[in-house]
Amino acid sequence: MRIELIKRPQHSVLFSALSPFIALLLTLVAGAIIFTALGKPPLAALYTYFVEPLTEVWQLHELAIKAAPLIMIAVGLSVCYRSNNWNIGAEGQFIMGGIAGSLIPILLPGFQNFLTLPLMLLFGFAGGAAMGAVPAFLKTRFNTNEILTSLMLVYVAQLFLDWLARGVFRDPAGNNFPGSIRFPPAARLGEIAPSQGSAHYGIVFAVVAAVLVWLMMRYTIKGFEIRVLGESPRAGRFAGFSSRKMVYFAFLLSGGLAGLAGICEVSGAIGQLRETISPGYGFTAIIVAFLGRLNPLGAVAAGFVLALTYLGGEGAQMALGISDKVARVFQGLLLFFVLGCDTLIRYQVRVVWRGKVKA
Amino acid sequence: MNKLVLGLTTALALTLASGAQAADKYKACFMYVGSKTDGGWTQAQDVGRQMVDKELGDKVETVYVENVPEGPDAERALTRFARSGCGIIFATSFGFMDQTVAVAEKFPNVKFEHATGYKTAPNLTTYNSRFYEGRYIIGQIAGKMSKTGVAGYIASFPIPEVVMGINSFLLGARSVNPDFKLKVVWVNTWFDAGKEADAAKALIDQGVDIITQHTDSTGPMQVAEERGIHAFGQAFDQIKAGPHAQLSAITDTWGPYYVKEIKAAMDGTWKGGQQSWDGLKDGILTMAPYTNMPDDVKAMAEETEAKIKSGELHPFTGPINKQDGTVWLKDGEVSDDGTLLGMNFYVEGVDDTLPQ
Repeated sequence: MRIELIKRPQHSVLFSALSPFIALLLTLVAGAIIFTALGKPPLAALYTYFVEPLTEVWQLHELAIKAAPLIMIAVGLSVCYRSNNWNIGAEGQFIMGGIAGSLIPILLPGFQNFLTLPLMLLFGFAGGAAMGAVPAFLKTRFNTNEILTSLMLVYVAQLFLDWLARGVFRDPAGNNFPGSIRFPPAARLGEIAPSQGSAHYGIVFAVVAAVLVWLMMRYTIKGFEIRVLGESPRAGRFAGFSSRKMVYFAFLLSGGLAGLAGICEVSGAIGQLRETISPGYGFTAIIVAFLGRLNPLGAVAAGFVLALTYLGGEGAQMALGISDKVARVFQGLLLFFVLGCDTLIRYQVRVVWRGKVKA
Repeated sequence: MNKLVLGLTTALALTLASGAQAADKYKACFMYVGSKTDGGWTQAQDVGRQMVDKELGDKVETVYVENVPEGPDAERALTRFARSGCGIIFATSFGFMDQTVAVAEKFPNVKFEHATGYKTAPNLTTYNSRFYEGRYIIGQIAGKMSKTGVAGYIASFPIPEVVMGINSFLLGARSVNPDFKLKVVWVNTWFDAGKEADAAKALIDQGVDIITQHTDSTGPMQVAEERGIHAFGQAFDQIKAGPHAQLSAITDTWGPYYVKEIKAAMDGTWKGGQQSWDGLKDGILTMAPYTNMPDDVKAMAEETEAKIKSGELHPFTGPINKQDGTVWLKDGEVSDDGTLLGMNFYVEGVDDTLPQ
């Protein structure tokens, strides 16, 4: 017996659009089953997980803090994936952006004026883009697999940050504990509404980035070029588009946005360069990009959903004593169901009972 | 439509009412850096919390959150605790210090306790344990038990607390074997079983035959068991991970302190701005049974333990030289607590350069 996937002649537009919602629903059902198996009341658990974090203003701020880096990274990744380039190393680009942006407050603590923050953001974007340029260079020059190179560079970035935070960038007054000095106010990304909660302007940047990239994809030649080269490289070449340039464009944009997210996180939410600055945003953003249908505006909605799984995991842990690993399980389930739905919309499953030998 | 609104309001009111009922109990909240089943630091904290449940369970509700990374997530978890009606919150890792200070400032009516830190506030007290007392004892045991005369130390971060422990261990070992040597490996994590186990293997390959650790997993103990050498448990009795390897363990016994503080918080006698630093004699620190060693070594360890408890022996009593050979403490001189809490130098005999 074997199972075959047969491409459907045409796939339903309706279900393609509904796919993320079906995936969400399936995740909720699976979640309810898991909670029941754990001996927790499923409805109360789902409420704590997905609704309770939205009931108070300060929690919405926390949601925005978590969603900001996810959205910003995922917006870049959607463009990258649309162009058929597979950047799996956003986590590393995020970290390099955080490091590059932090150079200013750490190396020049006296440089504090209205230019400090814009320069930091610029450095952050450049740092992420530079990190993204490496797999692009390797791919265009040596035809290496960008999935592997970008992924492996994540570990390079993580260890580099670790080394900096414990070594040369360590706060001299920090009792040997890793982490840089705390950034001066001029180097901190401000809070939107300090009286209500602690969300910083990162979420605004993320949404603006999403809208701009969406406009680009929709209304500019560049967007057309990205789509054509992604869907049919051959046709793209006939149209005179350079797939080599596209590799660079995709990696520089997605790397840069990841880097910008990195410096926003460091100067907004954290306030210093620490030995770890990301709980895996760069990887979770891959789920966000796919859940958002590789559409920048979809990424905004998906970013909030994934951010919710982080916060819900914490709430469920405090209120119900459920392990924090459940958050990871939910994220995994969500990606599984999204990809599963997409596959089943495009392909038909056929079970072949008797083994046939293909001629 | 109106009915719907009415129904929703009623449901909301009922939810709020049930919430108010649960709030009758005093809420004590715990934030952990690791997993509550790590077999080390965090598990010891959780055993302390369970003691609160057992002793004050009819009046106190305990809540915990585990695996909270040191950083913005810690601040959010603390905020959530503070907003969810916690009367007192225990932040149980050194690395939560700045976040605890920040959240304590925002919630002046909530009481905060931070483990092993040095920053306090009117509603923030710190608590710590004189782990170095236990480390002196296990150092002595190592001095007697080691055949090669070299021990390995798996260390987390070069903060004063850890440096103090390394020094105390070596002073204990040198009190019975003046030529004793100590090798140190920095793993730069509190909890990473794989990394800690790798460090243990590297140390054993360099010829140490006893290992001890200032990290939270049972990884090194398991390696010691496999390789047939001895080791000491950290924070928690790790005899299950090393039935033949474990000589003893420095066991953190937070329960009585938690019970005391929560009671004080409930009856209004709790005080902020305190820095509690108790030791063996107060029972915040206990030694796991002395096992896998000859009777004379056991007797020596018990005697030292008794002397430290009675105050007759202070591990940091001169003459002690610094690593470079200069005099730190003259004969009979005892270090003050301030120097210990800010300790940033090795004593003579540590085979390592302190990361600066």
